Amino acid sequence: MDVLMLSRLQFAAATIFHFLFVPLTLGLSILIAIMETRYVRTGDEEYKNMAKFWGKIFLINFAIGVVTGITLEFQFGTNWSRYSTYVGDIFGSLLAIEATLAFFLESTFIAVWAFGWNKLSPRAHAVSIWLVAIASNLSALWILIANSWMQHPVGFTIRNGRAELTDFLAVVTQPFAWHTIVHTLSAAYILSGFFVMSICAYHLLRKQHITFFTKSFRMGLSLALIFSVVEIVQGHMHGAEVAKVQPVKLAAMESLWETTAAAPQYLFLIPDEANERNSVSIGGIPGALSMLAYHTPDATVKGLKDFPKEERPPVTLSFLSFRVMVALGFLFLLLTVVGWFKRNKLVESPGYLKIMLYAVPLPYLAAEAGWTLAEVGRQPWVVYGIMKTSDAVSPIASSQVLISLIAFIGIYSLLGAAAFYLIISHALKGPQVEAVAAS
Amino acid sequence: MLESIWFVLWGVLWAVYFMLDGFDLGIGTLMPFLAKNETDKRLMYHSMGPYWNGNEVWLITAGGVTFAAFPATYAVMFSGLYSALMLILFALILRGVANEFRDKVDSPRWRGIWDACLFIGSFAPALLLGVAFANIFQGIPIDQAGVFQGNLFSLLNPYGLMGGVFFLLLFTVHGAVWLALKTEGDLHHRAATLAAKLWMALVVVAVAFLVCTWFYTRLYDNYLRNPFLFMVPIVVIPFLVVGALFMLRVYMARGHWWKTWFASSALIVGVTLFGVAGLYPNLLPSSLNPAYSMTIFNSASSPLTLKIMLGVALTLVPIIIVYQSWVYHFFKDKVRAADLAHEEGY
Ligand code: HDD
Ligand code: HEM
Ligand code: HEM
Repeated sequence: MDVLMLSRLQFAAATIFHFLFVPLTLGLSILIAIMETRYVRTGDEEYKNMAKFWGKIFLINFAIGVVTGITLEFQFGTNWSRYSTYVGDIFGSLLAIEATLAFFLESTFIAVWAFGWNKLSPRAHAVSIWLVAIASNLSALWILIANSWMQHPVGFTIRNGRAELTDFLAVVTQPFAWHTIVHTLSAAYILSGFFVMSICAYHLLRKQHITFFTKSFRMGLSLALIFSVVEIVQGHMHGAEVAKVQPVKLAAMESLWETTAAAPQYLFLIPDEANERNSVSIGGIPGALSMLAYHTPDATVKGLKDFPKEERPPVTLSFLSFRVMVALGFLFLLLTVVGWFKRNKLVESPGYLKIMLYAVPLPYLAAEAGWTLAEVGRQPWVVYGIMKTSDAVSPIASSQVLISLIAFIGIYSLLGAAAFYLIISHALKGPQVEAVAAS
Repeated sequence: MLESIWFVLWGVLWAVYFMLDGFDLGIGTLMPFLAKNETDKRLMYHSMGPYWNGNEVWLITAGGVTFAAFPATYAVMFSGLYSALMLILFALILRGVANEFRDKVDSPRWRGIWDACLFIGSFAPALLLGVAFANIFQGIPIDQAGVFQGNLFSLLNPYGLMGGVFFLLLFTVHGAVWLALKTEGDLHHRAATLAAKLWMALVVVAVAFLVCTWFYTRLYDNYLRNPFLFMVPIVVIPFLVVGALFMLRVYMARGHWWKTWFASSALIVGVTLFGVAGLYPNLLPSSLNPAYSMTIFNSASSPLTLKIMLGVALTLVPIIIVYQSWVYHFFKDKVRAADLAHEEGY
């Protein structure tokens, strides 16, 4: 394999792995902050125990998020040096802002929180976890602005053989970035809600620590329910934005080959990339795709054949990841609405609890599918319309990248296994350990 | 002008990173030699527990600022030093996870694995950062197109290795001093004794390094050619480097550990600035042909980006310094075995 392919694999492996831990940090930090705030307000020790119990899991997850982030930060230089030279003016500054604004705050106050249980007043302790929550979410905001600039570059001009910034505000305020921010943060909150509910379901099924886990369950449920609604409504608008700025991605994620007026949406479809058609398409809803993309049922949607072959992304992968994400989005809404009606009789609903216990991988799958769509769907471009991925790669020996890729896979697998083991064992142990320590 | 301001900030960021993370890396490296039992180990972990993550962000920022202010240098530096950088990153992963996972399972084997990871994850970056910087001072084989014409082993030349040993000693002294100020009793005494011993080795290597710098690098030439930079060898070397090295020993003998630590910090900052200032206006000199070097002029971002980033840095960095100093102050007490029992920690 050549440097390009190896670097792509390595980048994909590193970001996918990083994003297995990121969403839980984003959502769980907020839940813990709310628990501690309630503890400060009411003085109810149970909320403190909740913060401690979920806080342990949070820290394990956080640790992996941090260490895998560092490799990403430097990979632009190591593996995508031509890209870095070309867009550093804009992209590099967004990363640097993220570090100074968010990472310092987050990593400094997580330590204050973790080591400060006996040293700080409850109020100051709650402030420290709020700072962590705010900083994590701010970091997501800036990295997503950076990523969105690659999806839809604005506010720049090509000068001195590279992209130079001309309008910083345009970069920060562009709608595509804010769609991505709302969408990704909502995904993170849904995931965190499901994560909490799953662990609660395990204990509620065993009828242990019932009030403790019922309260936690309801907090996770509220978060997941609210953002499942947001995700579907906003995801639809996000799709319309994609139609506007990346029409070829839209065609790929819908596997639409011919340019069509009043384009239908099919319930079931199998793309056939080799022959540039769909081998099966069943259950077309007339005009639905035009409606989704342009808000009028008879709008014309451009098909893949209107784009040169070498500018089309991989169709099957884009299509599949979009379908998986959307289907799961509706499933999450269903599960959380059902949960809302059962919220006062959780212990008497073992069937529902069992589903929720095992549903936890699904939001992870949805989030990774979403990223696959966003990133694979913009190929062959690394910066949409201005730089191809193949022009971005570093001029280095492929043997170096092969060795580092193997090392990544080896080290990350071991880390993943250790983190998984620790999280599961802490989660299943339940809160009794903390209860003793607190008294 | 903007480029030069960013050059200074760039050097300062690296210096602060070495000053802060230096003691964590030093402690991790010394762990197998200083810790006699489980309590000692836990005290050593706790002495850096609240800090190492915040310290590491200075590295991320130094990298981020290189990317933002001098993108072409960022590209050439990190793709050129690919293998060395990957080794540093993997090591830092092990170091970070060791800190947070070690005490999560009550099993000697589990802890043993993470203790080994901590050692490798501290020792390797300390050494390799020194190797990398010595090579940058010396110049690396980059061609006209900014492509690196060497490999990991070409970095392991005598001067590079000497830089590695120098950094390792700087950091282990720094770590031993930190440990002496954060602990009491037996561990404190062992750390203090070791710091004094390592100090002697440090003096020898520091002198040798400064002398070799004359022969292997163009730093002194650069100083002599540039009347303004001429200040550096006359000010930084005698005051920051030699002065700090000397005061370090004086305070150590008197048992003023905080002052010792500050002297050690000044030493690390002095050494870094001495090297970095000597590069000016280069960021990455080419050893093949000086004309191929990456300089602040041929690799800087646009003036607009430099201005925006300067605004960001001048507002945020002071705030960061305030809250990080507060955290250092807040956890300044010695860690005691009695605290470990009900300390939550990571
Ligand atoms: C939507 C959110 C999101 C996305 C898409 C990314 N990250 Fe991330 N990152 C976070 C959200 C986040 C976070 C929630 O803020 C983390 C995870 C755990 C943590 O401690 O902070 C984090 C940690 C983290 C760290 C360590 C910070 C520290 O030491 O405190 C670095 C250097 C990066 N990330 C860099 C990146 C890069 C270069 C990315 C792009 C390829 C990236 N992240 C994608
Ligand atoms: C954390 C969530 C993310 C995930 C899961 C993700 C996933 C992926 C995947 C799977 C690819 C490979 C696409 C392909 O090769 O066909 C890719 C490519 C890429 N992504 Fe992302 N990405 C994420 C976030 C980001 C962000 C935030 C940035 C920039 C700040 C980014 C920058 C890139 C770059 C530079 C490539 C080009 C390399 C390539 O095409 O393989 N990604 N990403
Ligand atoms: C059910 C309705 C949903 C719709 C219509 C929808 C729509 C979209 C669209 C069009 C994109 C591509 C944006 C781009 O190419 O940049 C996207 C990306 C993404 N989706 Fe969804 N989505 C839905 C549900 C979900 C759910 C339930 C999750 C996860 C829990 C999720 C997670 C993501 C992520 C992480 C991305 C990549 C980041 C981004 O580009 O925003 N989505 N989504």
